[in-house]
Amino acid sequence: SSFSSHLDCQQADIKYLSGWKQWKRTSSKSLKKVLNEVKELLSYLELWRHDIHSIEGKFGTGIQSYFSFLRFLVLLNFIIFILMFSVITLPSIISKYGIFNSSFAKIPPKNIEPHCTVYKPSGNKGLVYFYTYLKDLFSGTGFLKETSLFYGYYTIDTAWLSNLSYNLPLAYLLATFAYLGLSLLWIIKRSVEGFKQNLVRDEDQFQSYCNKVFAGWDFCITDPNAARLKHRSLQYELQTDLEEERLKQKIADRTMKEKLRIYSLRILINIIVFAVLSGCFYSIYRATVFSQENSNDISNTNFQVNLLLQYLPSMVITLANFIAPQIFSFLIRFEDYSPAFEIRLTLMRCVFVRLANIGVLLFSLWSQISYCATDECKACGYNYELYPCWESAVGQEMYKLMIFDFIIILAVTLFVDFPRKLLVAHCSCKPVQWCGLQEFGIPDNVLEIVYGQTICWIGTFFSPLLPAIATIKYFIIFYIKKISLIHTCKPAARPVRASSSNFFFLVVLLIGLVLAFIPLGISIAHIPSSKACGPFRSFNTSWAVVPDTILGFPTGLQQVLHGIASEAFAVPFFMVTCLIMFYIIALAGAHKRVVEQLREQLVMVRFDPLVCTPKVFIVVSVIRHAEEQQFL
Amino acid sequence: MNGIGYLKLVIGCFFLLVYRLHGRYHEMAPNVVPMDYTKDPDVKLPMQLIINMPELKENPFKERIVESFSEDGEGSLSFNDFVDMFSVLSEMAPRELKAIYAFKIYDFNTDNFICKSDLEKTLNKLTREELTAEEITLVCEKVIEEADMDGDGKLGFADFENMISKDNDFLFLHINKTFYINL
Repeated sequence: SSFSSHLDCQQADIKYLSGWKQWKRTSSKSLKKVLNEVKELLSYLELWRHDIHSIEGKFGTGIQSYFSFLRFLVLLNFIIFILMFSVITLPSIISKYGIFNSSFAKIPPKNIEPHCTVYKPSGNKGLVYFYTYLKDLFSGTGFLKETSLFYGYYTIDTAWLSNLSYNLPLAYLLATFAYLGLSLLWIIKRSVEGFKQNLVRDEDQFQSYCNKVFAGWDFCITDPNAARLKHRSLQYELQTDLEEERLKQKIADRTMKEKLRIYSLRILINIIVFAVLSGCFYSIYRATVFSQENSNDISNTNFQVNLLLQYLPSMVITLANFIAPQIFSFLIRFEDYSPAFEIRLTLMRCVFVRLANIGVLLFSLWSQISYCATDECKACGYNYELYPCWESAVGQEMYKLMIFDFIIILAVTLFVDFPRKLLVAHCSCKPVQWCGLQEFGIPDNVLEIVYGQTICWIGTFFSPLLPAIATIKYFIIFYIKKISLIHTCKPAARPVRASSSNFFFLVVLLIGLVLAFIPLGISIAHIPSSKACGPFRSFNTSWAVVPDTILGFPTGLQQVLHGIASEAFAVPFFMVTCLIMFYIIALAGAHKRVVEQLREQLVMVRFDPLVCTPKVFIVVSVIRHAEEQQFL
Repeated sequence: MNGIGYLKLVIGCFFLLVYRLHGRYHEMAPNVVPMDYTKDPDVKLPMQLIINMPELKENPFKERIVESFSEDGEGSLSFNDFVDMFSVLSEMAPRELKAIYAFKIYDFNTDNFICKSDLEKTLNKLTREELTAEEITLVCEKVIEEADMDGDGKLGFADFENMISKDNDFLFLHINKTFYINL
């Protein structure tokens, strides 16, 4: 029979392995076994493993990927905090308090106008009420400003531990670059994994109706909840496809007159969107200017009003972040796009509005800080009277934004979601029932936490301990969102797939990170650092510490570094990188083909109904599975 | 491992698996299914018992699956049919074999053609009757439009096989492979 003849071929193919090769094979197998066991052990240590697993079972993979994303951000912020703490805060504290026989050196700044270096932090004097401490805690002023939370604390130039010297300004700058680079690499690594899966298994762009009808059902489903979700998602997919067809037909049937009408309507709506954005930006600018002008006015000692003034920019930003997306989703209906494009365009507009709002805040802050009327002020480069330590002021704004964001998330869950659920459960009048419970809107929630993370990235340079606050914030938010999901949300009408979600989350996070590079780059390289406080007192800008250090290197190393930074190196480097990228893409394509070929080869017998009964294939499946598990 | 050892392993695995599948078959109806199969007893289990297995319970096509593998076409499976069913559902069964049985499963009226009424029943089972009649008609028309090669308005086996062979990522009729290890 063909089966036994195939086995004979197998026998002929198997060579007798020499002793060395056998040892190599067994050792690689045992290494694989050990690695597998280590991976399994590590997966038990994973944070929230059980919670996320149960969420996946009950609510589907789309919502589960949101919570995995949240966990990723907790870990990222924790690692950034460890980095900043160990590189910047710990050496400062150790040398300031002389632990381990350490000492510090403060190099007096040269060539700098003396009036720029005057810094009298307005601490709390005299009788201090309890609510002053509370106000300081919430707005980062007073006693909090002098702690290691903010930039102004780090005034040491060199720390000495026995004979080792530690260059704190350089460490500060390099730690900043390190955390940005680390975030970038980690995000890219995660998105590559999702991208790989997309590559091997082609997603729904090319799936036809036949595929959905005949191969749509997943035969591995044994859980009733998962089955319900699958039914829903199949229904939604078919309905979306039909709607896309209808729309395509409608677009093809459009007359010239209708086309003109639609295009002019779209232009009008884009103008309205632009106007809405300008309105948001202008109101944020005015609010920031007003807040800065009036909170610097010390005569205003009313606790509540002062706190309100401090938080005015945050409140305006939160309001803008709430109203603008509502307006966008209302307007997009008139633009007559396909449903998939509608969702994407609204999302892009919301992402832009949220992230640009932070940029506008920073811009208005900077315009306040650099507003110079007198010559003395121009000599410093910034408004030394109001902002002797402007980096701490920026850090305070970021701190306030973060605290307010957290308060809002907490407040919305407590005062909107839960009452809504109680109302729907106990009141049976029509409008309430029509409104119903809320759905867990994944894009909105994701934009919320990406907004928070962008603030953290920008703020960490000005406030090195901000990542710790972010870690705690996201840690608590996980539980808040989980409780809100389980108790106040109804199941989604449109189940979302995990792979497309994961990619979307990471793309938006990447946009946030790239957008964080811009204000940081400008602050570090362009804006003069404050001369009265902080590690960069002796330098023109924060970046100036790097050329300064390079000048201290041996001449050979200096020349090498100059060579690397020149164009003669950069252009060939870029071309080589492009070539390597194309090569890797081609390799990926080739591997995909090899995987498919191997799949075909694993079928041991050619199907022949006279000879092979279906039973043989169970056996082959078992053998293959046993080989994978290293039993053979 | 040389050829003889491999063969012994294959036969050993086969018997082990058949033994375990028999255990599952027996526990569904311990009073009816004998432990001793040497006398080749003519025992068939009714459809109701089979479709309550956890692997098939949530499957919308469970009745059709069991009917396709039963010899009398009414859904009662002998042990032989039972082993056949799980063999075809295993991931190593070749696509051609799966295609034959998939065609049988989706052919509700067993006329060797997947016609419009079969497609309507398939869609209703897939979406638990949540689609409107108009949507169902539209989807059926689209499916026939995509797959019908000979233009007779329904899908013969040749059309079905052709559609499957065109698309390499067509995955269907796959039961989780760990099923065989956890038997």
